Amino acid sequence: MTTSNENSTSNGKERDPKMNADQGVKTNSLSAVANARGEKKVGSNPMGSGLEARGVHAWFGKHHALSNVTLDFFSGTVTALIGPSGCGKSTFIRTLNRMHEFIPSAAFAGEVLLDGKDVYEKGTDVTKIRLQIGMVFQKPNPFPSMTIGENVLSGLHLSQIKMGKSEKEELLESCLVRAGLWNEVKDRLNAHGGSLSGGQQQRLCIARSLAVNPKVLLMDEPCSALDPGSTLRIEETISQLSSTMTIVIVTHNMQQAARVSDYTGFFLSDGGPGELIETGPTAQIFSRPRDERTENYVSGRFG
Amino acid sequence: MSTVNTQIPAPARPWQKTPREVMPTVIILVLSLLTVTAIVEFTELKGKLAYFLLFLPLGTGAQFFWARYKYGVKAAKDVIASSIMMTGAIAVFIPVISIVVTTFAKGIPGISIALFTNDMGEASFVDPVGSGGLLHAIVGTLFLILISVLISVPMGMLTALYLTEIRGPGSRFIQFMVQAMSGVPSVVAGLFIFSAVILTTPLDTSGFVASLALSILMIPTVTRASQEVLLLIPNDLREAGLAMGATQWRTVAMIVVPAAKSGLITASILGVARIAGETAPLIFTLGGADKLNTNPVYGIQSALPFYIWTGFRLGTPESVQRSWSGILVLLVIVLILFTLARVVGSNSKAAK
Repeated sequence: MTTSNENSTSNGKERDPKMNADQGVKTNSLSAVANARGEKKVGSNPMGSGLEARGVHAWFGKHHALSNVTLDFFSGTVTALIGPSGCGKSTFIRTLNRMHEFIPSAAFAGEVLLDGKDVYEKGTDVTKIRLQIGMVFQKPNPFPSMTIGENVLSGLHLSQIKMGKSEKEELLESCLVRAGLWNEVKDRLNAHGGSLSGGQQQRLCIARSLAVNPKVLLMDEPCSALDPGSTLRIEETISQLSSTMTIVIVTHNMQQAARVSDYTGFFLSDGGPGELIETGPTAQIFSRPRDERTENYVSGRFG
Repeated sequence: MSTVNTQIPAPARPWQKTPREVMPTVIILVLSLLTVTAIVEFTELKGKLAYFLLFLPLGTGAQFFWARYKYGVKAAKDVIASSIMMTGAIAVFIPVISIVVTTFAKGIPGISIALFTNDMGEASFVDPVGSGGLLHAIVGTLFLILISVLISVPMGMLTALYLTEIRGPGSRFIQFMVQAMSGVPSVVAGLFIFSAVILTTPLDTSGFVASLALSILMIPTVTRASQEVLLLIPNDLREAGLAMGATQWRTVAMIVVPAAKSGLITASILGVARIAGETAPLIFTLGGADKLNTNPVYGIQSALPFYIWTGFRLGTPESVQRSWSGILVLLVIVLILFTLARVVGSNSKAAK
């Protein structure tokens, strides 16, 4: 944790390429080990400050959907996962917070390390994992039986976290502020979540995920059901949040990936299971990718 | 900038049919009705059914040819389809109206204050209608409904939750059993409780034992209706709850059930509707008291369906009149219960 604390001072100011390079230096030793093992990676985390996927495979029944994905997510950065439909991006992020296992035929192999501990380890309290790794879904899904305020605080009730009334009000405001929704809803916190527009609902869902203070936020195509204006608002929200947490965003929109992310991972499935073709700093993936398939995809010649 | 362009046009509904377009249809239907009346008047075909059976093909056919002449084959086919659907809707509606009207017409003459304050302890079914009453039957029915609801709604909904949310071991078998159970004839449910409870345990015929028999009928109804409702709740909501670190139980209790609440209330209402008028299971299990008994666990009781059945079986004008009044009271009680359930259900939702 000490390393990440030192780091967070530089994170807080602004996110520039220098900072990423800075982090790269700090994690040098670990990534050297990983590179020696021949794994695809761009670096590694300082111990105990993020999320790492190691050799993740996923199956649906007999269908091998995802093969050997090893990818690190750095604290205080945004990682975008891009790739054509059916390449396993969504499947991959659902393995990270163990939502994958809710599909009856699902199977899994590999390791997902959160602060160095495997989330798939036997005896792990999966609800605690999901409290630390929040998720925002493709379709805005505020809880229909709850008001806007109740929606934001629902995480507390759902996971039985006790909190005083004034603390709750503070949390409610801070979550909505962080999600960029406070000014629009502060006068109608008792209205139903369904009365908001699609973009507002999605930001409400983000606020809802923030209430339990996760370290990581997974976003599964959060803007694909939204108009450009709402998309822009969400992207602003993502940029603001990224200084304090790890964000992983799956997107079909390459411009979006280029705009919001620090790192990008390109997934592809050529008939077989989806694979991680290439990862690296976003600028590099989009300007001078190492793999031809990545270049074809990001330049629009394919997919 | 020009003021001419900013003038707001009068709101119109160009998609609606003009009276001129509707007129031929009306004329065709009136002519068909007159023809049918003439046929019924001057031929051997008599009765309401003849009206219905003649009017349907005649009206539809006439409209078909008119639409074909005026708008083409597509429109004519459309007329046929909508006629058939309209007929179906009316065919469902007629019995409902008929039942309500008949019940009120035949039931009201027997309604008096005494009916609601007396039981049949000192009166006989064949006595003049003014003596005796059905207080004991109303109390019995309310107890039967209450106890059956207390047993069946929790059991039915928990079963539905198990089948749709947990999908645990044995789900398919349980699903099969629920379907089989919903096909159990009501008299068999009564016989089952008679042989399984009354003959083998110290419990004797009583309101509680009768409620057990009714629950056999009610549980599958509540289960299946609840299942349908729970399946309509989008999976997104469950995942959203689980993704926030909730256990499955908290997700179901705080998100799925509140979202499905109004549908679950409907499921319970359907269950009550299934049993409120049941007579057959009561024959073996309720005892059929003539006196008021407010203890559902001990001693025989009566119920409105039982009272109605007894009255019709005796067949004298007085007893039949009592039965009609009983039907009316049962109908009104069921309507009141349904309205209450709806009001309670929607109120607590609005208060949120």
